[in-house]
Amino acid sequence: MTLNRRDFIKAAGAAAAAGALYGCAGGARASGNVVVIGGGFGGATAAKYIRMWSDGGIDVTLVERNPSFVSCPISNLVLAGEKTIADVTTGYDGLKTHGVRVVQGDAVAVDPVKRTVRLASGQELSYDRLVVSPGIDFMWESVPGLTPVLSDSRILHSWKAGPQTVALRKQLEDMKDGGVYAIAIPKAPYRCPPGPYERACMVAGYFKAKKPKSKVLILDANEDVVSKKGLFMKAWKDLYNGMVEYRPNHVITGLDANAMTLKFEFSDAVKADVLNIIPGQMAGGIAKAAGLITANNRWCGVDWRTMESVAHKNVHVLGDSTLSAPAMPKSGHMTTQHAKIAAGAIVALMSGEQAPDPMVIANTCYSFVAANSVVHVASVHAYDAKDKTFKTIPGSGGLSAAANELEATYAMAWARNIWADALG
Amino acid sequence: MKYRKIALAVSLLGLAGAASADNHALSRNMASACASCHGTNGHSIGGLYPLAGMPKDEMIRKVKDFRSGATPATVMHQLSKGYTDQQIEMIANFYAAQK
Repeated sequence: MTLNRRDFIKAAGAAAAAGALYGCAGGARASGNVVVIGGGFGGATAAKYIRMWSDGGIDVTLVERNPSFVSCPISNLVLAGEKTIADVTTGYDGLKTHGVRVVQGDAVAVDPVKRTVRLASGQELSYDRLVVSPGIDFMWESVPGLTPVLSDSRILHSWKAGPQTVALRKQLEDMKDGGVYAIAIPKAPYRCPPGPYERACMVAGYFKAKKPKSKVLILDANEDVVSKKGLFMKAWKDLYNGMVEYRPNHVITGLDANAMTLKFEFSDAVKADVLNIIPGQMAGGIAKAAGLITANNRWCGVDWRTMESVAHKNVHVLGDSTLSAPAMPKSGHMTTQHAKIAAGAIVALMSGEQAPDPMVIANTCYSFVAANSVVHVASVHAYDAKDKTFKTIPGSGGLSAAANELEATYAMAWARNIWADALG
Repeated sequence: MKYRKIALAVSLLGLAGAASADNHALSRNMASACASCHGTNGHSIGGLYPLAGMPKDEMIRKVKDFRSGATPATVMHQLSKGYTDQQIEMIANFYAAQK
């Protein structure tokens, strides 16, 4: 005997009444209308999973300013010439096959009372629940002398993958052998804790092969390497000895773009041929416009059981924009986990049920120290009801024992699978 | 006929809830954490092990062997230590039911 879907829903409805006797969740079908702002790891995953878990019952509209998704993870390999930008780019057609309506546009305002989102085009979208996953924006005042125009033309950040990734690759290609590439790292917290150190490795790998007289200078505002310290230090010593130099406690006090010089409070000024300045970061612009920033004028506080904003009801915030729980990295992988917490909660709430208990979430971040050599950091996080936040589980998680080739294969497999899970 | 359908649906819900006396949604949500690497609903697109359709007992044994160190791993020995036996069983239930 086969049940068609309608029969099953009817039967499940009756079963739900019966199930109440057992304390089971009901089978009511979710319905309503969700708008998702941001088509990165978080927004894309949320849009897909809300469609999937509501069995198509919830209408989902995704607003994204870019025509396609460009992955920050693996983009450092583009800088090294090991991958092309096309290799890290995925379109939104996969989401459309799940019934997600994709609108290319820029969300500029949210009215949490009327429950509407306004786009730069003037278009208004109404929602029952809103997901805000805008990633990060830069705090330009964190680097005196740096402007958005300068940062988009000569002194690149390349901390949002896309045209800036291609442009930085071009600067590295154009640099003379014997030149200096300097990467300036902001104080934590910032997006992708190991990312800057991976980038230093990948640029050094390119120099080692093509421009061996050149130098990589890491100017870190933090007092020490923020992530995978031992593994990165070992790579700089073993693979790039004399080429990579690490300097901690380098908080920028001034930039002279014409002289290509950075000034610091307590250290000598640095002149470089390619200056890659990653400014300090905060929640993406729409989070501020929507009044979702609740901590240090930078980050969005959430109820971790549902990812719902502590500032506005019916608005869920994901990913790098959130005020991170203890030891929770701002990573693409973690953002997809946020998206699944939110999707589970939203589908339950829009079915007239209570949000389920929070799931256990995990994070794995791979970093390339060379084109064929990778290290990882992994962690598992569970909700602590007493302290109302996620905490890492003692004894779980950890680092690679050493850089290895097997994980280079896994890192690419991870990338292809997480892109497909988010967008496919 | 109608009652047979209801009986089937009741038994389906019953199966999903049996392991943990909890609901299907939590099992599904828990399992989705694995999908970032192992593919949506366990359908890996390659390079990492697919979980869809893996018999429940096999998955429980594999994860526990990672946890104990009996099976060497690059990451799974670290991730598996973050899950209780009951949570592993919930996840195994979900993936065993995926076609």
